[in-house]
Amino acid sequence: MALILNEEQQLLKETADGFFADKAPVSQLRKLRDDKDETGYSKDLWQEMAEMGFAGLLVDEDNGGTGFGYVGAGVVAEAMGRTLAASPYLASAIVGASVVEAAGSDAQKAELLPAIASGETVVTLAIDETAHHGPEKTALKAEKAGGGYKLSGLKTFVPEGHVADKVIVLARTSGKAGERDGLSLFLVDRKASGLIVDRTVMTDSRNWAKMTFEGVAVGADALMGTEGKGMDALEGALDRARIVVAAELLGISQQCLDMTVQYLQERKQFGVLIGSFQGLQHRAAELFSEIEVSRSAVLKALQVADAGGNVGWFASLAKAKASKTAELATNEAIQMHGGIGMTDEFDIGFYIKRARVLQNLYGGFNYHADRFAALSGY
Amino acid sequence: MSDLEQFRQETRAWLEDNCPASMRKPAQGEADICWGGRRFEFQSEDQKLWLERMASRGWTVPTWPKEYGGGGLSKDENKILGEEMRRIKARSPLTSFGIWMLGPALLKFGTHEQKLEHLPKIARGEIRWCQGYSEPNAGSDLASLMTKAEDKGDYYLINGQKIWTSYADKADWIFCLVRTDFSATKHTGISFILFDMESEGVSTKPIKLISGYSPFCETFFDDVKADKKNLVGEVNKGWTIAKYLLTHERTGIGDMGLPTPLSAIARDKLGLEDGELADTMLRHQIAEHEIDAASFMFTIERAKDQAKAGGDMGAFSSMLKYYGTELNKDRHELILKVNGSEALEWEGQFSNNGEIARSWLRTKANSIEGGTTEVQLNIIAKRILELPA
Ligand SMILES: Cc1cc2nc3c(=O)[nH]c(=O)nc-3n(C[C@H](O)[C@H](O)[C@H](O)COP(=O)(O)OP(=O)(O)OC[C@H]3O[C@@H](n4cnc5c(N)ncnc54)[C@H](O)[C@@H]3O)c2cc1C
Repeated sequence: MALILNEEQQLLKETADGFFADKAPVSQLRKLRDDKDETGYSKDLWQEMAEMGFAGLLVDEDNGGTGFGYVGAGVVAEAMGRTLAASPYLASAIVGASVVEAAGSDAQKAELLPAIASGETVVTLAIDETAHHGPEKTALKAEKAGGGYKLSGLKTFVPEGHVADKVIVLARTSGKAGERDGLSLFLVDRKASGLIVDRTVMTDSRNWAKMTFEGVAVGADALMGTEGKGMDALEGALDRARIVVAAELLGISQQCLDMTVQYLQERKQFGVLIGSFQGLQHRAAELFSEIEVSRSAVLKALQVADAGGNVGWFASLAKAKASKTAELATNEAIQMHGGIGMTDEFDIGFYIKRARVLQNLYGGFNYHADRFAALSGY
Repeated sequence: MSDLEQFRQETRAWLEDNCPASMRKPAQGEADICWGGRRFEFQSEDQKLWLERMASRGWTVPTWPKEYGGGGLSKDENKILGEEMRRIKARSPLTSFGIWMLGPALLKFGTHEQKLEHLPKIARGEIRWCQGYSEPNAGSDLASLMTKAEDKGDYYLINGQKIWTSYADKADWIFCLVRTDFSATKHTGISFILFDMESEGVSTKPIKLISGYSPFCETFFDDVKADKKNLVGEVNKGWTIAKYLLTHERTGIGDMGLPTPLSAIARDKLGLEDGELADTMLRHQIAEHEIDAASFMFTIERAKDQAKAGGDMGAFSSMLKYYGTELNKDRHELILKVNGSEALEWEGQFSNNGEIARSWLRTKANSIEGGTTEVQLNIIAKRILELPA
């Protein structure tokens, strides 16, 4: 397969770029923040996104989606990164849909996938329990009780966890924290009794949640996939989500470069445009190169994700590279804007904040560089 | 079966039958590379045979038209041939400036007669070319070159000096930038001309590099006569050709192919503990490098696919050149670290006369030759990002 967007994907890209520039410019996120909006995104926007088919890119047509696949999902995520459009896209349409697809029973799929695709139901995934990503570190317990299970423990940083309708929880049914075996996935209603949800406002003005499970009782049919083998199903879905996160990071980097280049073409000091200074030209050119190289890693990983099978190596490559580049892009963007880059009035601040949150989500550079090395056999 | 699938099957079978066993491992340094040319001494019978067999199919230059000695392959077929060669680790049968730089320029700007005259000899490895661009006072500012070519009716009379001419002492012919109009602005008085290095008045003087090798020369022209039919394109319009050729040179320098992964070398040298490289600091550095290297490899793939789909490479080749050469320098710094003091032996059997150290030093030129890193960054800033002058 050629490592470029095909015609259909190119068209989707143009549609998405236009849609988000028009419907969800950065000013929307700024307003949500200033209004201290408790949802953290515009429900109208999310509805419109669903109507555009963006909520169902990973859902097959029989279940009401478009089945566009991961390259398409990445293209839309990149467009969202460019304007910082806030929505449960990542939590629900990407992570939620891929985990349901990978681990769900037929009944769970029939119930959830159409509702995800229509935007009606927001599904999110709860994995991490500490400040550092690591699914295997899961300690939250699921004990057999009655005909079902009882969940006790803590989850943190659950994207959109404060508003999600359903939460997919990674829990330990046997073994101890650090072991890959013994983990299982459960589908839990956010309003279930014994589940305490605390909204957490993050640096990027988006909302995550801390979830305390105080003996939350679920039926046997809440189990997704095979008991004790949750990681086998989760890993592929999580890897695909990581690649889509990398695509959103790519959008952020590209937007930072574009804003910076524009500023270099306008701002004058010493009687000349600052873009004529070679010191700045070279920094911009280096950043351009890093972004192009990241773009290749992300597109390759998205294509491999669509092809099916194990994508771990590609996911870690894409997430590591896109994270490192986004760090560079956001830092350089502020520096090359000078004082104005530090002001809240100017938009760059929103980009650096969102970038750090996404860099950290599902494993940052070090996590994925380490995993990349391990998967490469060293 | 699709046509391409059939092509793959046939290619695979042909390579199986025709690629000698000793040619199925990567070239171990300079000595293993087949450059061709009148005076080339083959390392082995196999090397000669491999060249002849591939040339007979036009597969030393797979995409060139058949009438000029090429294989006439489509870009898709060429990609398959590359994949099938990599599959059996077949090394390139022929490497040369003719294939890599002059050929593409002649195909685009040469006359039918010029192509017929020069391209098949490149394809068969009969004539080895060198590049006469840089002069003592025209490096990054190449267009300020002063080597003079006077119109003498049916020939040009050439006087001047080139420098850093790689393999000038081994090459048979030179493609050379000369000034044909001294009153014009610096970019508009340059012509692109070809002549035989055995012509009267050509002399070369090797320059020794920090690696201890002497791969390039000072090249002197003293009343050299160059046949007019060997001027490529129009007189005084050589700069366009020069630049076009440079984009090919840069893409080629940036694309280092698929060298042995650094991690494989490190595993070999440092060993594993619990499945991880024993040296944790180096492991981190290597992972960081290989993430960049893999991403860059996909960037080359993307650039090729884009070109195949009709996109214009243009200044993108400057990005590939810049990134690929900096990456290669980093790679060799890490190879040095992985090998420790062994890498620093300069003479002796054990180190194959300092192969690692000499290769490491050679890479320092990667970001200078073909236009420096700084020049590539200038090009990206001006041509792609459109930053003001
Ligand atoms: C191993 C090797 C092989 C070579 N082979 C050939 C060959 O076969 N044929 C051939 O013609 N040439 C060849 N060259 C020459 C090569 O193309 C030149 O060395 C190169 O273009 C730089 O020119 P220079 O050496 O004069 O350096 P200079 O141009 O003097 O550069 C010195 C420094 O100044 C910087 N600089 C210059 N201008 C600018 C600017 N505008 N902005 C910012 N920085 C700038 C450069 O980046 C560099 O760091 C070879 C060089 C090497 C090292």
